[in-house]
Amino acid sequence: MSQHRPYEPVIGLEVHAQLLTRSKAFCSCSTEFGNDPNSNVCPVCLGLPGVLPVLNARVVEFVIRMGLATHCTIARKSVFARKNYFYPDLPKGYQISQYEDPICTDGFVEIELEDGSKKNIGITRIHMEEDAGKSIHDLDVDTLVDVNRCGVPLIEIVSKPDLRSPHEAYQYLSAMKQIVTYLGICDGNMEEGSLRCDANVSVRPVGSVTLGTKTELKNLNSFRFVEKALQYEINRQIALLESGGQVVQETLLWNPDQGVAIPMRSKEEAHDYRYFPEPDLVPVLVPEEQIESVRKTLPEFPMARRDRYIAEYSLPKYDADILTESRDLAEYFEATVRALKRRNPETAKMASNWTMTDVLRVVRERHIEIRDFPIQPERLAGMIDLIADGTISSKIAKDLFEEMLASGDHPGIIVKAKGLVQVSDEGAIERAVAEVLEKNPEQVLKYKSGKHQVFGYFVGETMKIMKGKANPKLVNDILKKKLES
Amino acid sequence: MVTVKDVEHIAKLARLEFSEEEKQKFTHQLNRILEYVEKLNQLDTATVEPLSHVIDLQNRMRDDVVRPGLTAEEALMNAPAKTDKFFKVPKTVKGEEGG
Repeated sequence: MSQHRPYEPVIGLEVHAQLLTRSKAFCSCSTEFGNDPNSNVCPVCLGLPGVLPVLNARVVEFVIRMGLATHCTIARKSVFARKNYFYPDLPKGYQISQYEDPICTDGFVEIELEDGSKKNIGITRIHMEEDAGKSIHDLDVDTLVDVNRCGVPLIEIVSKPDLRSPHEAYQYLSAMKQIVTYLGICDGNMEEGSLRCDANVSVRPVGSVTLGTKTELKNLNSFRFVEKALQYEINRQIALLESGGQVVQETLLWNPDQGVAIPMRSKEEAHDYRYFPEPDLVPVLVPEEQIESVRKTLPEFPMARRDRYIAEYSLPKYDADILTESRDLAEYFEATVRALKRRNPETAKMASNWTMTDVLRVVRERHIEIRDFPIQPERLAGMIDLIADGTISSKIAKDLFEEMLASGDHPGIIVKAKGLVQVSDEGAIERAVAEVLEKNPEQVLKYKSGKHQVFGYFVGETMKIMKGKANPKLVNDILKKKLES
Repeated sequence: MVTVKDVEHIAKLARLEFSEEEKQKFTHQLNRILEYVEKLNQLDTATVEPLSHVIDLQNRMRDDVVRPGLTAEEALMNAPAKTDKFFKVPKTVKGEEGG
């Protein structure tokens, strides 16, 4: 397909985030994942007759957090509604959701475009609702139903059709994940279904202000699929219009294995949800004081934090991006910097390097979370202090880091116990250098004839004599002085 | 005006099946109900807040605390079809209905 087609895509996303509450939205059953089928259930979430739902206060607190983080207006009064449809994983025959009076409206999220500029993506609404159960279809004759997930609280975040490319949609979704995890209201795991995404997609001639007919693309449940699936659908719609056809408003299901979107055999009635106010749940009133007290608990957000790292610690943007990717990592880094004895751009950069490379490497190798990383930020800072004041070399620090990982001891104690202190005694280094040069007259001649690559060999040999503890800068300086004299 | 077609549509949504005779009867009854409710339009409600709930209560909530519910065995006790751990229902294809 040619690149200069005069069409632009218009995309809006509906994101569902599963909230990290302990109990379900309207009953006291556990939300724990992975329990035995149908063991986190009670008469309320099983939809037995005569039961009454009672709202979990934390759901309201969490959705207010999300609303404030995305600059929404928090409704002083909001109402639940029943969304009626029949499906076996929804025993009541309706989903408790919100319709006319959602709790959050009219906000925005800032995303970063490929050229580094920023764009606000509007949010129409955020509402509270409950999840459905799980159907298992892998059997020949029957479908099996597990109701454990039924009633687990969700928030649905509906964006305005402000996204203009699959990449923007990806950036928006990444921003969503970052926000919900920073807020601690959702674990943000798309692959495990805690964050889900449907898209409304249409195309229109560039410059047109009216919207084209849209299709709804479901099952974009992996960060890897999202851009691919959207591009597929955009291409399909453009090809259809180019060949004189028309886009039919329908729901498509993305099939990641085949890389195609397949229309769902959806009857028209399926979208006739006959919403009406849920009579069993009284309205939710949010007083101003509650909004303000939730506002006080909001963390500093990734973009603000990243800009601060650049301004306050003079870190490169690359570092600041990686460090602020998750709140845990950012907080680990900041705790390290706070614990440094000498805090300056140089030591902050060292803290950044160690966090980005060595800490993250171990976290990935061991499949652990940052908060379970064995070296406390104060200890890492202690190690960086030792490098900064010349007690140990960066090379020794690598070994020290491994020792700290293994024993969890304070770096100062390990350095003393293992004799890792760096030798900055010029006399001792000069003697070692002299010995190396004396033993290798041929290499010295090579160097003097211009083959400067043998310099590394001299450094290595000197370090060998010094048992790796010589101050590398001094070794370099002294070698250079001797060779070029 | 409710037509037979509306009744058929609502019946389908509710997974109900009616005879022709019943459809006629319900069409008539539904129209009579709507006529009755129509009387409300004689009142001027321009300054009245829409009512979603008839009881004057707000913010009845519970703390986020887990309490034991039913065991799987109890939950499945009255199911017409089941395995040892699951409810069993006629085969459905995901996405055919609802969302």
